[in-house]
Amino acid sequence: RLRQSLLGRLPGLSNARRLLSAPPSGMPPDDEKPMFPGSRSSFTTQLDFIHPENFEGIPVYRLVNRRGDLVDGAPEPTLAGNKDLCLQVYETMLQLNIMDKILYDSQRQGRISFYMTSFGEEGIVANAAALNPNDLVFCQYRESGVLMQRGMELERFMDQCYSNDSDMNRGRQMPVHYGSKDHSFVTVSSPLATQMPQASGAAYAFKRMQNGLCVVCYFGDGSASEGDAHAALNFAATLDCPVMFVCRNNGYAISTPTSDQYRGDGIAIRGPAFGIPTVRVDGNDVFALYEVTQQARQLCLTEMRPTLIEMMTYRLGHHSTSDDSSAYRSVDELSFWDREDNPIIRMRKFLTKRGWWSDEQETATKQAIRKRVLQKFAQAEKRLKPNPMEMFSDVWARMPPRLRQQMEDTRRHLEAETSHYPELKNYKPIADVE
Amino acid sequence: YLIPLSSSHYPVNQTTMHRPSLSACQLILRSFGRSGGNIVASRRFASSMNVRDALNSAMKEEIERDPNVFLMGEEVAQYEGAYKVSKGLWKLMGDKRVIDTPITEMGFAGLAVGAAMAGLRPICEFMTFNFSMQAIDHVINSAAKTYYMSAGDVKVPIVFRGPNGAAAGVAAQHSQDFASWYSHCPGLKVVSPWNSEDARGLLKAAIRDNDPVVCLENEMMYGVSFEVSPECESKDFLIPIGKAKIEIPGNHISLISYGKFVGLCVEAAAELAKEGIQCEVLNLRTLRPLDEEAIVKSVMKTHHVVTVESCWPQCGMGAEIAARIMESQAFDYLDAPLTRMTGADVPMPYAQALEAAALPQVADIVRVVRRTLNRAAK
Repeated sequence: RLRQSLLGRLPGLSNARRLLSAPPSGMPPDDEKPMFPGSRSSFTTQLDFIHPENFEGIPVYRLVNRRGDLVDGAPEPTLAGNKDLCLQVYETMLQLNIMDKILYDSQRQGRISFYMTSFGEEGIVANAAALNPNDLVFCQYRESGVLMQRGMELERFMDQCYSNDSDMNRGRQMPVHYGSKDHSFVTVSSPLATQMPQASGAAYAFKRMQNGLCVVCYFGDGSASEGDAHAALNFAATLDCPVMFVCRNNGYAISTPTSDQYRGDGIAIRGPAFGIPTVRVDGNDVFALYEVTQQARQLCLTEMRPTLIEMMTYRLGHHSTSDDSSAYRSVDELSFWDREDNPIIRMRKFLTKRGWWSDEQETATKQAIRKRVLQKFAQAEKRLKPNPMEMFSDVWARMPPRLRQQMEDTRRHLEAETSHYPELKNYKPIADVE
Repeated sequence: YLIPLSSSHYPVNQTTMHRPSLSACQLILRSFGRSGGNIVASRRFASSMNVRDALNSAMKEEIERDPNVFLMGEEVAQYEGAYKVSKGLWKLMGDKRVIDTPITEMGFAGLAVGAAMAGLRPICEFMTFNFSMQAIDHVINSAAKTYYMSAGDVKVPIVFRGPNGAAAGVAAQHSQDFASWYSHCPGLKVVSPWNSEDARGLLKAAIRDNDPVVCLENEMMYGVSFEVSPECESKDFLIPIGKAKIEIPGNHISLISYGKFVGLCVEAAAELAKEGIQCEVLNLRTLRPLDEEAIVKSVMKTHHVVTVESCWPQCGMGAEIAARIMESQAFDYLDAPLTRMTGADVPMPYAQALEAAALPQVADIVRVVRRTLNRAAK
């Protein structure tokens, strides 16, 4: 007590006081540092609530601005050093955009039942370009760009949307619910954010396997509100899982603007709360995206821990073909982003200024892409639907006798009453043996 | 079909039936033997094992056998399991194979499914299946449906296990029987062991199965010991999923049940045997796929059937069994309608006497059998 009172009167020795007051083992602790389990801060006599409004938001990492110029003082982006990759990324974004337009229109014409576009968020192609093709991807539904960058053929997108006999999902999924083992892309699952704890679990498995790969998990600003998101981030951190979480913050969850979705500083602020290294990036700047993805991947694998990337972007299209966003946002807002700030337009400006692209190339490339897409589209539309008997397979690893019986009963019925089922002519023959 | 409760059966000071009746059950087993009924036991038993140890040893052996198998759940590691089912496993296997999770069923079920999708074979423990409701989206939408919806691309070889149904005095949110809910879903397999042999064989089979399997145990059975055959102690002892077992053969009436209630059927059978009524006790063992063949065969033999479960009456297991019998040739062999004995159609009350009144008891089974066979009460 004497020592304490002496030291207390000598301000210069306050540091020493902290050192000296480390409790010897067995003795009750002194009041200098909080001893609560897991505590790592100090005591204070200043009563200050942390007011979130007093903090400027986490800054947005950006290298190339809206005019397509490298920002003053910005380092040369890695992606910009690879002309071929730049052009490939750009053309892939164009292809995604054009395919989206054609498939969206086809839904309006009643040719497919449903569709979701990636308008305004094509930059995700650059994010995928920085990954290892074997990194396992769990996504939400607006990440077709990742599959396209990984080389999934055009026709497979359309076959899935048409649920025809070449559909990778055998007619069991709504359109845009792609999946491809070959491309390390887990089949899209509708319930929101369920892919997030799954991604943490898969990353845990990868850690166990020591395969030098990471897991990448995409989710939206709305999905981040799900309970699953909290659990996924928390688990990834506590179990030290090599998973890169990528949040596409595009401003809207169907009609819910982010101002109604959360009160905090977006999703990025939640990362550090869970103990996860985090960065916020301009999702419409492909160069910045490529850079952060590379770095995040490195971090995941060298430190064996999760990372969080919040890519800020804007959803130019409707949520889906079941949505009309003019009901909840202004035409002015939309046309600003459409004209000035989206991944395609900004990259185009950069490439043109570099002398790597021209208006002629733009026109010619778009024409070629459109022709290619329309050709594949026509082919997909003509293909027959799968054999209806496929409805019964893959429920379990092996078809149980009772289900087989149901399948045989159905087959016999359809064969006997074909005249009552005219639509069967659009399907592969029932008699085909699997 | 609901058993009317009369106060004469349930004096206010009656203690929980389960423990005293279970020791009677063990006596029954010893006198009837494994092959059951009126046949004198000829098989020798290797040893006695309780259900907890059966589950524990099954998990231990499977984790040792396959490097991809691991256990995760709340309190499973250092605490050795909320009900000590994973006793000793963490000490033996370490952090990589036995993992404690934060309290989020939604989170760890999702995580386990993801690990299975990436090639591991998790055993995901729910402290009770009541809490699985917080994770049920992952069990159904992430696990059960995924192989189908990905056309075979994504496999989910996971086991969800834990105690199911009523314990003693834990009230409505801790006492629900989920047999109906899970066996409803295509893509899942659902097993429900009764005794130690069931527990060992079914859990091992579930872990080795490539489909998602739900294993519904019962807390009240964990401490109960049963004689087990020498085969049961083998590291490769497996019980085929989808096959029921005749615990006691009989000619007069089929008692069809699963889990803890098989024990009550066995006790009722013993009591009824004294008056010359031969009950055939059919232990379903698997709820999905249901062993319809065994059910039909039994009913065709006995012409009378009573099902016993703790699910609520509407859309319970008894309802499914009744429908299957009607849809099969066994319908023409029935001499009386099926009676389904179920839990009372109320959330489980807490008070001991009320809880006892809300579940089928041995005396209820005996009375219903007599009624079905048109025998007057003794």
